Amino acid sequence: MSLFEKFHRIQEIRQELLKTGVNPFHVTVEKVISPTEAMINGQPTILVGTNNYLGLTFHPDCIKAGQKALAQEGTGTTGSRMANGSFLSHFELEKAIADFYELPHAIVFSTGYQANLGILSALAGAGDVILLDGDSHASIYDGCRLGGAEIIRFKHNDVIDLEKRLRRLGEQSLKTLIVVEGIYSMLGDRAPLAEIVAVKKQFGATLVVDEAHSLGVLGPNGRGLVEEVGVEKEVDCIVGTFSKSLGSTGGFAVSHHPEFELIRYTSRPYIFTASSCPSVVATTKAALHIIQTHPQLREKLWDNANQLYEGLQKAGYLLGAEVGPIIAAMIPTKEIALSMWQGLLEQGIYVNLMIPPATPNGECLLRCSVSAAHTPKQIDRVIQGFSALHSSLGKHPESLESQTMQPLH
Amino acid sequence: MATNPEILSQIFDILKPFTKEGQRLREETKLVAELGLDSLQVMQVLLKIEDHFDISIPLNNLPTIQTVQELVHEIETLVKV
Repeated sequence: MSLFEKFHRIQEIRQELLKTGVNPFHVTVEKVISPTEAMINGQPTILVGTNNYLGLTFHPDCIKAGQKALAQEGTGTTGSRMANGSFLSHFELEKAIADFYELPHAIVFSTGYQANLGILSALAGAGDVILLDGDSHASIYDGCRLGGAEIIRFKHNDVIDLEKRLRRLGEQSLKTLIVVEGIYSMLGDRAPLAEIVAVKKQFGATLVVDEAHSLGVLGPNGRGLVEEVGVEKEVDCIVGTFSKSLGSTGGFAVSHHPEFELIRYTSRPYIFTASSCPSVVATTKAALHIIQTHPQLREKLWDNANQLYEGLQKAGYLLGAEVGPIIAAMIPTKEIALSMWQGLLEQGIYVNLMIPPATPNGECLLRCSVSAAHTPKQIDRVIQGFSALHSSLGKHPESLESQTMQPLH
Repeated sequence: MATNPEILSQIFDILKPFTKEGQRLREETKLVAELGLDSLQVMQVLLKIEDHFDISIPLNNLPTIQTVQELVHEIETLVKV
């Protein structure tokens, strides 16, 4: 059997999927119209699955800053910060992020994925232990593996299980890194952070919180769940991404630990990759400024989240978590989920189809992510789209073998 | 390495609800291939075993645990620690 033969099985699954006339994991966005609208399959489509929480991808200040940097600093940095040197703008962005969090240290990475890889692998290596929430994002799992630490999973959001596992570690708990997320990407539920911080302190462990989906969304100043819960001084490191509420690309980590700056010299995903290009750095910095100066965006986001949540609940859908920018409707089977996802797209509504093994507890989800840029009218249309399909919840199309569907990328 | 009979017997008890009708558990039984456990069931089994023996099985070790016997050896090592 050659190395490539293992892909034949994926090809079979893909062919099976294509027979339904659609591949939800290979959608082409033909033209982007705005943060909340695009042309898909030749028709204008409301985007409710892009994590563009504050709708900043078309903000004139961001575009202007990006264009200026592109013209003045060029298209790319053509190498790593350690080898080629950092642009002044990289340091300026790090200073802006550190100031935003009111913490002394910030490091910027080229992607959010690399931020987790870079921080987790640098903090916990061979001989150390990582205790991660079972529902953590793939970048957290991969970052844990890269460092070579012993990896132990605790039950999602279960502080008792976390405590139990810390106790089992004995003195090793002092060399243990706990990793949780502010808002979990699939269901939109939050970590019980106050309790996690208490347990972390009790056992002398270290805590990293990934605020990828909560930056700009939670907290009086948009600093995420850590700010909302009021545990900024107790958390050892916050990791985040620029690719959601900041509408750009890249990742970062902030910390109060004086040794934090030394991570730059040990973190392979920081050292061995090209640094963020100047236009991306500029748009990110502009977006961060907007988050700080426009709290009304967060208010709008929450108004929209409330509207969609209430609407879907009234329409009879079982939702994954409390109100928030991620609203996931639980669908009984993969077949129904696929058919409903397709039904929504035909009505000009794009949501995320989420099926096992990418989902917690084997759930099938139609996942919506709300944006501050959605209009109440757009949210109404999304609710109407879901309502029109509610009767499908009981139907079981026979076109697909339930065993065979998995994400294809 | 001889398989610890006490641990083996407890593992058989824990795995029994996950067996198919008429299926007999042996030391050589493959957990995924023969019992047909999906990823969710593997998680459930692991949680039961971890709580029962008051241990945490690192994810790093899972790829090497394919049979009941290998699972018993892993537990034996962790219980000793």
